[in-house]
Amino acid sequence: MSAPNSDYDPVEVTPLRADEVERMRDEALAAIAAADSIEALKQAKIEHVGDRSPLALANREIGALPPQARKEAGQRVGQARGAVNQALTRRTDEVEAEEFERKLAAEAVDVTLPIDREPVGARHPLTTIQDHVSDIFVAMGWEIAEGPEVEAEWLNFDALNLGPDHPARTMMDTFWVTPESAAMVLRTHTSPVQARTMLTRTPPIYIACPGRVFRTDEPDATHAPVFHQVEGLAIDEGLSMAHLKGTLDHLARAIYGADITTRFRPSYFPFTEPSAEVDLLCYVCHNDSAQVADCPTCRGEGWVEWGGCGVVNPRVLIACGVDPERYSGFAFGMGLDRTITSRYDIADLRDLWDGDIRFTEPFGIGL
Amino acid sequence: MKVPVSWLRELTSLPSSVSTEELAARLTAFDLKLEEIIGGRITGPLVVGRVLTAEPEPQKNGKTINWCRVDVGPEHNEPATEDVPAGRGIVCGAHNFGPGDLVVVSLPGTFLPAMGFEIGSRKTYGHVSDGMICSTAELGLPGDASGILVLEPGSAEPGADAVELLGLNQETLDLEVNPDRGYAWSMRGVARDTALAFGLPFEDPADIAVPEAEAEAYPVVVEDAAACPVFTTLRVSGFDPTRPTPAVIARRLVQAGMRSISLAVDVSNYVMLELGQPNHAYDAAKLKGPIRVRRAAAGERLTTLDDIDRALDPQDLLICDDDGPVGLAGVMGAARVEIDDATTDIVIEAAHFDRATIARASRRHRLSSEAARRFERGVDPTLQVRAARRVAELLVEHGGGQVEPGLTVVGEVDTRREVVLPVDLPRRIAGVESIDTDAAVRALEGNACEVRVDGESLVVVPPPWRFDINDPYDVVEEVLRVVGYDQVPSVLPQASGGRGLTRAQELRRRVGYALAGDGLVEVKTFPFAGPADFDRLGLGSDDERRRQVLLENPLSAEEPGLTTTLLTGLLRSASLNVGRGHDDVAISEVGRVFRPRSGAPAAPIYGVDRRPTPEELAVLDAALPDQPLTASWVLLGDRERGGWDGPGRPVAWADAVAVARRLADVLHVEVSVEAASLAPFHPGRCAALVLDGRVVGHAGELHPKVAEAYGLPPRAVAGEVDLDALLAAAPEIGPRPDFSAFPVAKEDLAFIVESTVPAGALQQALAEASPLIESVRLFDLYTGEPVPQGHVSLAFNVRLRADDHTLTEDEIAGARAAAVQLAADRFGATLR
Ligand SMILES: [Zn+2]
Repeated sequence: MSAPNSDYDPVEVTPLRADEVERMRDEALAAIAAADSIEALKQAKIEHVGDRSPLALANREIGALPPQARKEAGQRVGQARGAVNQALTRRTDEVEAEEFERKLAAEAVDVTLPIDREPVGARHPLTTIQDHVSDIFVAMGWEIAEGPEVEAEWLNFDALNLGPDHPARTMMDTFWVTPESAAMVLRTHTSPVQARTMLTRTPPIYIACPGRVFRTDEPDATHAPVFHQVEGLAIDEGLSMAHLKGTLDHLARAIYGADITTRFRPSYFPFTEPSAEVDLLCYVCHNDSAQVADCPTCRGEGWVEWGGCGVVNPRVLIACGVDPERYSGFAFGMGLDRTITSRYDIADLRDLWDGDIRFTEPFGIGL
Repeated sequence: MKVPVSWLRELTSLPSSVSTEELAARLTAFDLKLEEIIGGRITGPLVVGRVLTAEPEPQKNGKTINWCRVDVGPEHNEPATEDVPAGRGIVCGAHNFGPGDLVVVSLPGTFLPAMGFEIGSRKTYGHVSDGMICSTAELGLPGDASGILVLEPGSAEPGADAVELLGLNQETLDLEVNPDRGYAWSMRGVARDTALAFGLPFEDPADIAVPEAEAEAYPVVVEDAAACPVFTTLRVSGFDPTRPTPAVIARRLVQAGMRSISLAVDVSNYVMLELGQPNHAYDAAKLKGPIRVRRAAAGERLTTLDDIDRALDPQDLLICDDDGPVGLAGVMGAARVEIDDATTDIVIEAAHFDRATIARASRRHRLSSEAARRFERGVDPTLQVRAARRVAELLVEHGGGQVEPGLTVVGEVDTRREVVLPVDLPRRIAGVESIDTDAAVRALEGNACEVRVDGESLVVVPPPWRFDINDPYDVVEEVLRVVGYDQVPSVLPQASGGRGLTRAQELRRRVGYALAGDGLVEVKTFPFAGPADFDRLGLGSDDERRRQVLLENPLSAEEPGLTTTLLTGLLRSASLNVGRGHDDVAISEVGRVFRPRSGAPAAPIYGVDRRPTPEELAVLDAALPDQPLTASWVLLGDRERGGWDGPGRPVAWADAVAVARRLADVLHVEVSVEAASLAPFHPGRCAALVLDGRVVGHAGELHPKVAEAYGLPPRAVAGEVDLDALLAAAPEIGPRPDFSAFPVAKEDLAFIVESTVPAGALQQALAEASPLIESVRLFDLYTGEPVPQGHVSLAFNVRLRADDHTLTEDEIAGARAAAVQLAADRFGATLR
C-alpha cells in the first residue's frame, strides 16, 4: 500500500469517483447476472470480487486519500462491494438450483411405460359375496355359523321335518354317500347348520350360515352340482313373519340398494310353517312401468325370485331341543351363485367353476 | 297340475270379468303358483287346408323341401292360373304328409305363441311361401312334435277355423302344487281354493248321491288293511266300447297333459282329474276270482302297462286276482286285465292307499304315474264310493249300459282330528294385527274346516282331504293364506348382540387376502374325483389319498367320489388356462377335502320327538368323514413377467414354498420345511411343511410326468396345506414386538459344507448358537472352484445385538466363535 499522498486532490483520485465506483459495481453486477453456470460465476468472482478486481483495487486506494475524504470513499466502495457480494451469493444459489433442476430434468423417465411385472391376484366372487353377506349380518348383531359338507342324513333331513317318506326329500336330488346305510349325504342345503346350532346353543339365536351345498344336477349353463347358499335363523321370544319380512327387507337393501323391497308368496318347506317364497323388487327396472316390459332381468315380472323362508316349524324346534311354547323363530335361505350371475350378467354358470383366471381377475379382492 | 280354465270356470261361479291373468295371480297368492298360461293366445287366420300338390325339391344344402299348393278355402285362396289351381303356395320342410291330406295352415298375419312371432309371406328356396303348414309343436299342442299335424280325413273343410276346431282358444293354467297340498291335484281342490280366493260360494263336485247298495259288486279281500284302508268296487254292464270319447272330455284330458285313449280309460282319467281320486277300470271278463290286495311274494314279477317286466319287492303292495298280480297298487296296472275294444262289462276300482307305501313303491321302481303322484301326496280317504259312482255314471252316460246295483266297500277311514290352538296364535305368528278371531274362523271355514271357539282356544277339525293341517302352525298358514301374505308388515328384530366373526372366520379371510396379495387368482372347482385323477397325479397304488368317500349316485363314473386333494381340481383348472393361451398362471383354491374315517360307524337316525343327547350327537359326528379345510396352489410360467426393464423370472420350486411361508406368516404360526418325496411332486424338489412336528402339507415342483399329464409347461409348481391345522395353531394374539435400541454388530460368515447339508438347518443352528445373535440370513450360495467337488459354499449375514448394552469386541468375537464351532461340530462346516 502506498503512503498517503497529500499532493492529490482527493476528489481527483479517479477510481474512487462516485461515478467510477458505480460503473465498477454495475459491471460486476452485470457479469454476475450474466453468469449461467458455476464455472461462469467463478470467473465473474475472480474478475469482480477477487483481489485483482477493480473494486478491490479501488479499495486499496482509499488509504491514499486524506482522512476527511476516506470515510465517504470507504462507504461508497464498501457499499458497492457489499452489493456485489450479495449478488454473487444470490446468483450462486440460483445457478446451483438451476444446475440441480437440470440434473433432475436429465434424469426424467417415461412414466407411461407399462408396469406389469408383478402378478395380480384376485378372490373368487363367490368368496367375496359370502364375506359381504356375512358382514351385513354381523352388523345386525348376528353371528356366522358353519358345519360339515358331508352331513348325517338325520341332520340334513329328519331333524328338519323331512321324514324318510317325505315327498320333498326325493325332490332334493341328493348325493348319497356309499353305502346308503351309512346314512350320510352331501348336504343339500345349509339348514343342518341351523339344526346344529339349535342343538348346541340356547336361544336367543341369531345366525347366518353361508356355505357350499350339493344337488345331483348335471352342470350346464344354468345348473351346477355344487352351489352356494346363505341361510338365516332367528330363535327368540315373540318372533313372527313380520320380523322375517323386516330382516329380509334389510338384507335386500344392504345387498341391492336402498329402494329394494321384498314380497312374500305362499309356499311350502317342511322346516317352516307358514312358508313363503320371497321375491325381490327387480333391481334393474324397479318394476317401473316404462321399463319393466322389456327388462331382461325379471322378464317383465317386476320381481325376481330370491329365496325361501318361513316361521320355523315347531316340529323342528322340538327335534332340536328348543321349547316351542316359549320360543318362535324364522328361517330363510337364498342362492348366492345366482346373485353373482344376475348382478354381473353372466350367462353361463359354468364360468364360475371353470377356473379361467380371466373370470376371477376383474373382481379383484372385493366386489 | 294343468288346469283347463274353462273347466275351472264351469266348477266355480267365477265372473267372466275376471281375466285368466287375474285368476292366475290370485291363485299364486293362494299357494297355487302359476308356472305358465298355456294356449289361448293364437290370433289371426289359422285355417284348415287340403294339400293339392306337394313337389319334392332337393336343395343345395342337402335338404329336400316340399313345394306345396294348398287349398285354404275360397275366402283365403289365391285364384287359379293356367298352371296351378286356386290355393296358396307354401314351402314345407317336413315329409309326413301328401296330397289330399288335411293340414293346419297359418296364413300370413297369424301369431303363434309357441313360435313367438307373426307368420308372414317370405321368399325361401326360390319360392314365395305364403304361410306355414303347422306341426303340433308349432301349434303348442302336446304329443309327437316330429312332423306336420295331419287331421282325420273328413273332419273339416278347407278354410275352416282351426283355432275353434282344435280347441286352441282354450287356456290351461299350469300350476305348481306344493307337496303338502295333495288336494290341489284335482279340479275339485283347485275350484274350492278359487272360490275361497274370490269369496264365491262353492258347490262340491264330489257331492254325489250314491244309492243304497243291494249286494256285492265284485268281491275283494284286503290282506293288509294298514296299506289299503279302503277298497271299493262297482260294476257297469252292457257298455259299448266302440263309442267315442266326447270332445270336451278328450280336450280336457289333452289340456291336462294326458292322452285320449278310449272312452272307458278316458272317463277313468277324467274323474281322477275332476275329483282327485285315482281309479281303475278292469275288464270283468278277464278277472279271475276275487280281487286280493296283498304284499308281493319273494321272487314275484309283474309286467306293468309301460311294458316293463319288474322284479317285485316284498314291500310292494299288489292288486291280484287268482292268476296273480294285476297291478302295482296305486302306481300302475298290468295289461292282462285292461279294458280293450271288446270290453262290455267293467269293474271299477276306487281305493285308498297308505301314502308312504305308494311313495316307496314309486321310488323303488322309479315309476311315477298320475295315480302315484296323487296317492303319495294324499287323496281324500272318504271319496272312494262317490268317485266310483261318478265313473260308472259317466261310462253309462257316454257308453250306454247300466250301473249294476251292487257295491263292494272294504274298510273305512276315520280321519277326524282336532287341532287346538290359542286364538291369538295366527295373529302372533303371522305378525298381522288385523287377524282377529272372526277373521281366523272365516278363513278356516272357507278351507272346509269345522271351527269352534272354546274360551281362549280355537278348535279346528280339518276336512278329510287336508293331510297338511295337523299342528297349530299349520292352521296359522291357512289363515294367513286367506288374509294374504302381502298383509305381513316389515319389522326389523333387535338381535341380542353377537360377538362378530369368530377368530377362525377372521383368519380364513386373512388367508384369502394373503393368497390374492401374493398374486394368486382364486378359483373354485367341483370336489369330485376318481382313480383317473389319482393316476394323473402319479399317486402310488397304496397312497392314502386314493381312499375316497364314495357316492352312491355320482354324476359320472369317472368321478365316483369326493376328492382327497384340491390339486385334482386345481390342476385341471391350470390345464384349462394353459389350453386357453395363458402362459403365466398362478391360481389357488381354499376348500374342503374328504377322507374316510377307518371303521367309522353308520350315522344313526334318531327320533325327532326330542333333542338327541350330547353323547348321541357325538356318535353322529364320529360317523362323518374328516373334511379339513385345505389351501392349495399351482403356479406356472413366469412368476414375474419379463418386460422393458428386464427378463421374466420363471416360476421355481421356491415360489411354491414361499406361498406356504406367507400363509404361516400371516397366521403367526411356525412352519418349518423338510425335504420330502411325495407325488405329485418332483422327488428331489418337494418340501414337507411341518407344524409342531406334524407334516401339514407339501410344496414344490411338480413331477415332470405330472406336468406333462396335465399339459402344463415344465417346472410348474404346486402346494397344498391343511388350513384347519394352521388355523388351529394360530395364536389368539400375534407376537409382541421385541427389539433392542442398542447398536447392531454385523458379521459375515461363509462356510464350506458337503452339498447334502440342508442350508435351512444350518441357518437355524447358527441363529441358536448364541443369545446375542439376532438374525441369520443366507445371502450367497456358491459351488465350483475353489469349493471342492460335492461341497457348497454358504455365506450368511449374521446380526448381533444385546438387549441392554452395546456389545464389546470380545462379546462379538465370542458369539462368532460359538457359531463357527457349532457349524463345525454339527455340520462339519469349515470357515472359508
Ligand atoms: Zn326388471
